[in-house]
Amino acid sequence: MNNTLKNRLIDSGFKYFAIFCTFFGLIVLAIFIIQILIEGVGRIDWGFLTSLPSRRASKAGILTAWTGTAWILGLTALISIPLGVAAGIYLEEYGKKNRLASIIEVNIANLAGVPSIIYGLLGLEIFVRTLNFGGSLLAGAFTLALLILPIIIVATREALKAVPKSLREASFGMGATKWQTIWYQTLPAASGGILTGIILALSRAVGETAPLIVIGALAYVPFVARTPMDEFTVLPMQIFNWVSRPQHGFIVNAAAAIIILLLITFVMNGIAIYLRNKWQKKVNW
Amino acid sequence: MTLKANLTLALLATSIIIASCGSKDSTSERDTTKIKGEVKIDGSSTVYPITEAIAEEFRSEQPNVRVTVGVSGTGGGFKKFSRGETDINDASRPIKDKEAEACRQNNINYVELTVAYDGLAIVINPKNDWVDHFTVEELKKIWEPAAQETITKWSQIRPEWPDEEFSLYGPGVASGTYDYFTEAVVGESGSSRGDYTASEDDNVLVQGIIGDKNAIGFFGLAYYEENQNSLKLIPVKNEGEPVLPTLETVKSGEYSPLSRPIFIYVSDVALKRPAVEAFVNFYLANAAELVQDVGYIPLPKEEYQKEISEFESFTNRGK
Repeated sequence: MNNTLKNRLIDSGFKYFAIFCTFFGLIVLAIFIIQILIEGVGRIDWGFLTSLPSRRASKAGILTAWTGTAWILGLTALISIPLGVAAGIYLEEYGKKNRLASIIEVNIANLAGVPSIIYGLLGLEIFVRTLNFGGSLLAGAFTLALLILPIIIVATREALKAVPKSLREASFGMGATKWQTIWYQTLPAASGGILTGIILALSRAVGETAPLIVIGALAYVPFVARTPMDEFTVLPMQIFNWVSRPQHGFIVNAAAAIIILLLITFVMNGIAIYLRNKWQKKVNW
Repeated sequence: MTLKANLTLALLATSIIIASCGSKDSTSERDTTKIKGEVKIDGSSTVYPITEAIAEEFRSEQPNVRVTVGVSGTGGGFKKFSRGETDINDASRPIKDKEAEACRQNNINYVELTVAYDGLAIVINPKNDWVDHFTVEELKKIWEPAAQETITKWSQIRPEWPDEEFSLYGPGVASGTYDYFTEAVVGESGSSRGDYTASEDDNVLVQGIIGDKNAIGFFGLAYYEENQNSLKLIPVKNEGEPVLPTLETVKSGEYSPLSRPIFIYVSDVALKRPAVEAFVNFYLANAAELVQDVGYIPLPKEEYQKEISEFESFTNRGK
């Protein structure tokens, strides 16, 4: 009797503990977001989005920062998607399951956990100095592409793994080659998962600051980049810079820029969810 | 197939957005009498606000010169400067021997120009009503490495002060401000006790001191100016009377030893380009006004004149 009571107590106790844990994170997040909204939302207007940086907080804008972020995003996607998806296809569909494959697998998983600043140092040596890209958009995009490659590779593999074997076998049965099977059957069936992975990886790249500081992203750029070889700044750099200024006006600017950055991330995550749902419904097997 | 189509569409959209923004920037290109070119600047984040202000104003004078400013820190900036990757380095301390050596090895000669002063403010919580001033010796006693875990109470600094523990706030060891403070107060750059709350973001220090009755902290004067109502500035006594850091006392050097000069370094290789020369001339001519705008303290007029003539003779030497 006594024992049952104790077990019931533990049972409901754990339930409330779990609820507390769930809400703890959410409440902290909500406080942060509400505080930033209160501070910054009034600052966002057309002028804020289309103005150059300035020493006067009320005149300063994020034109170069958000266009830099858009450039970086586009270029990083161009570089990392073909590389990452192709690598994932190779490892899952072509690669033999031997010792080498498991070594590669472990390494990719480890790469996903390497601190981003290490990628920055790697990018500085390889892209900025050896390949002589300088502190350009291209150098930044290659560095971030390296950073998110492991995520894309893992996502591609998981998505391909989820495609039922019967689909491939049916395709082979119809006389399709391996490539035809991958291109016409497996890849479309897996594309929901792959796209979700890509977009989540890219939204991580959008928020990165440390590796870009290392490769030489700038704080003051008074022009919008026109070629991938131009120098650049990005939203997180601009926020970082404003947060550490003494004048309160810059703190407000930083909050406003954070809202824009959050919006970009939310929109990207929204697209990821939408695509996942869309493909899940479409593919029937 | 749809995967491919979707991606192409997304990329196309991005590039259209970018391209349409790019065209906005080209309004000023018809003026051909103006100089064209690039000025690449990197270095200290302390000096950054000044350089940013100058670059912003320079744009209306020379719209075709692209000035970019980074914030790699004084040391990180000198690394790039000595490789010839940047034209100008913002520095919150003088160049170190090692850095000067690296410049020599790459055949880069440079000129050091003082552009402003910064006062280091010693601040406490306004609820603290016993501290009227600190002497430099007292500051040393508080901050020197030997004080770690032994000097922890106000009464150990001056017997009449309360028998309560104080807590210390200061910039992180990587900052030029920390280097300068330790050199001026402890006597050796980079040497201090380790048991204090350190942050690279001075606003964090401000918040810490506001919330802690027993706090003592130091940071750039501009951060005090912005938070005057919630912090208490403490005069520092070196020789003679205790001195509060103000525009006048920092400028005249009376607020010693906690007022420091800040610099820009210009390389001779870069000066072969007219854009760099024009920018530096503009810098020295307009610093007096703009420096104050961003919370730093300008040099006296005649000192700017001295910097201008020094820069002029350095430029002529290279020609």
